[in-house]
Amino acid sequence: MAKKKLLEIMINRDWCKGCGICVQFCPTKVLELDGREKVVAVRPEDCICCKMCELRCPDLAIEVLTQEGDKDE
Amino acid sequence: MNKKVRFLQGNEACVEGAIYAGVDFFAGYPITPSTEIAERLSEYLPQRGGKFIQMEDEIASMCAIIGASLTGKKVMTATSGPGFSLKQEAIGYACMAEIPCVIANVQRGGPSTGNPTHVSQGDINQARWGTHGDHSIIALTASNHQDVFKMTVDAFNMAETYRTPVILLFDEVIGHMREKLVIPEEGELEIVDRLRTSVPKDVDYHPYLPREDGRLPMSDFGGEHRYNVTGLFHDMWGFPSNNPKIVNELLRHLVDKIDNNVQAITRYKEHCLEGAEYILVSYGSSARSAIHLAQNRRNKGEKIGVLELQSLWPFPTELVREKCARAKAVLVVEMNMGQVLTQVKAAVDNPDRVFLANRIDGKLITPSDIKRLLRVIQGRGV
Amino acid sequence: MAVKDYLRERFFPHMWCPGCGHGTILNALVHAVEELELNKNEIVMVSGIGCSARISGYVDFHSLHTLHGRALAFATGVKLSRPNLKVLVPMGDGDALAIGGNHFIHAARRNIDITAIVMNNRIYGMTGGQFSPLSGPGVKATTAPYTTIDNNFDVVELAKAAGASFVARSTAYHVKESTELLKKAILHKGFSVVEILSQCPTHYGRKNKEGDAVGMLELQKTNTAKLGSKALEDNPGLIPRGIFVEKECPEYCEEYDKIIAQAMKGRNS
Repeated sequence: MAKKKLLEIMINRDWCKGCGICVQFCPTKVLELDGREKVVAVRPEDCICCKMCELRCPDLAIEVLTQEGDKDE
Repeated sequence: MNKKVRFLQGNEACVEGAIYAGVDFFAGYPITPSTEIAERLSEYLPQRGGKFIQMEDEIASMCAIIGASLTGKKVMTATSGPGFSLKQEAIGYACMAEIPCVIANVQRGGPSTGNPTHVSQGDINQARWGTHGDHSIIALTASNHQDVFKMTVDAFNMAETYRTPVILLFDEVIGHMREKLVIPEEGELEIVDRLRTSVPKDVDYHPYLPREDGRLPMSDFGGEHRYNVTGLFHDMWGFPSNNPKIVNELLRHLVDKIDNNVQAITRYKEHCLEGAEYILVSYGSSARSAIHLAQNRRNKGEKIGVLELQSLWPFPTELVREKCARAKAVLVVEMNMGQVLTQVKAAVDNPDRVFLANRIDGKLITPSDIKRLLRVIQGRGV
Repeated sequence: MAVKDYLRERFFPHMWCPGCGHGTILNALVHAVEELELNKNEIVMVSGIGCSARISGYVDFHSLHTLHGRALAFATGVKLSRPNLKVLVPMGDGDALAIGGNHFIHAARRNIDITAIVMNNRIYGMTGGQFSPLSGPGVKATTAPYTTIDNNFDVVELAKAAGASFVARSTAYHVKESTELLKKAILHKGFSVVEILSQCPTHYGRKNKEGDAVGMLELQKTNTAKLGSKALEDNPGLIPRGIFVEKECPEYCEEYDKIIAQAMKGRNS
């Protein structure tokens, strides 16, 4: 199976309530809360596209846009 | 073609009326003295492709018919005193969310478990004010099986017209007594079907924005319009709102849509009322005794008449006032402690001349019971 | 369709507290519906009252926000009158198992094709943190200042005993698993129950020293184990997750259709 490539981690700052769940459980520590208690992707280059932040976000504020790798279509 | 003539119980006449009106769905729970309505519909509904379900309790029955109504079905439930108490919260939900449904309450003695197999008319005020909060409601009643049939049809029609719960306030005598019913031909009585929205797919539909005539065209669950239904105060899309303007307007709409149509909703009958000096105001099975007495005394030259009310809520205040304007005295004949009496006193110009002829012991009030009081009022001794 | 197409975006951000597990359950549910490619017009979500019940306002399905505890009774009316609809009933502790407990066991008994989702956060959140029938003993709540002495229901065992034909449990932490279980439950013909352990950091976590949302999720991770796993075998005190019941049983609406066929035949002969 091809590896997914990250296009963008889209964060809806209006919806994010800064609970920190995504920050804590990101396996590669891509995310951090900023001074306004909103999540930002500080190290997108480390993202492995597992999308756990998107799925676990209680505010539905994260969308991880990916591209399928070469072998998939 | 021969008319369909049946000899049946009042509860069965109610079922015949419901079938005529097009009932699709019934949910209920057994309770005396209304159970025959559930029994007959469990037999008849599936014969017509309709659905019957015996729910786990009275509350669930009321909730289930509301759910079914939202999918576009004509729905009803039936109960009696204790069950009617349990249904009240969900009846309020149907008022708030404006969901057509019919609730037959075959009254028995109360409070509490009361007098299950005996007659009473003690739920008149509960029908009006049983659920919490301001609202308006329609309640119909009848004194014979032909009228039970007709009022049941009317109840379904009004539920659809005004998008409201409509309560059929029958009583144990009416429910269990057997008499003749002539089932009207198809088309003989008007049937009101659900008003559905003509708003096309993908165009903004406002389920709770009344038309100019006050009616709200519905869209069935499962259809093209996905909207919200809630018991909270809500905006025109059905979404919760506590905006004071929206709250104020919605509550006024809920009350006005019924109270402003009291004339259209009012159902009544006159018996020997022409020139009557003494007027008996009655309804349900007690009206039978009142009518019997009036007809009997008329034959003897006494000017006694009956105003039989068939719609109790919204109370036909103007009608009662007008009909009783020239009466020497008004007797309210009912089987409770004076629930309609209060309304009649409030309606007439001369409340001091309104008296209560009642019976509250579980026995049907008789013409003699009424006559005894009438003689006193007439100054003809005790 | 994208996940967002199943949401009523104009009501976001939602009204739940920061870190509330109910948001994650909503997230899992819309992912499940999206992955199943269900038609929005054929889904009815029926909810009761409480924090959990607000979920129905956020999804772009037919939505019915009802009375406390009565969601399954309303849902039964919807489903039986129009069996082609998918009926989803998310409920909180009170809706499902306190005031609504009777409807829960009877819906299970009928095996009517409804998906019940129990969003178990062990507390009444909307009224400010009172204990629920899922709290269990030894819990602090605003109505249990000296801790609770009430035993809790085991939702899975109750649903099994009552006759549900699909019963599963997961947590807000195990969101992929939750999504998969929800998909299976929605596709299952019959009454399906998915209990998802949820966290209420505001009212439960603080009072019971379980920390914030992150801390509570850590507990969901460490206090549970998959059915059939070594972890569960080694430590039977853990809360099991997975599918407990998945069986084919006569479904209520289909059985009623047979009654209709029988009644119509009797009438025409």
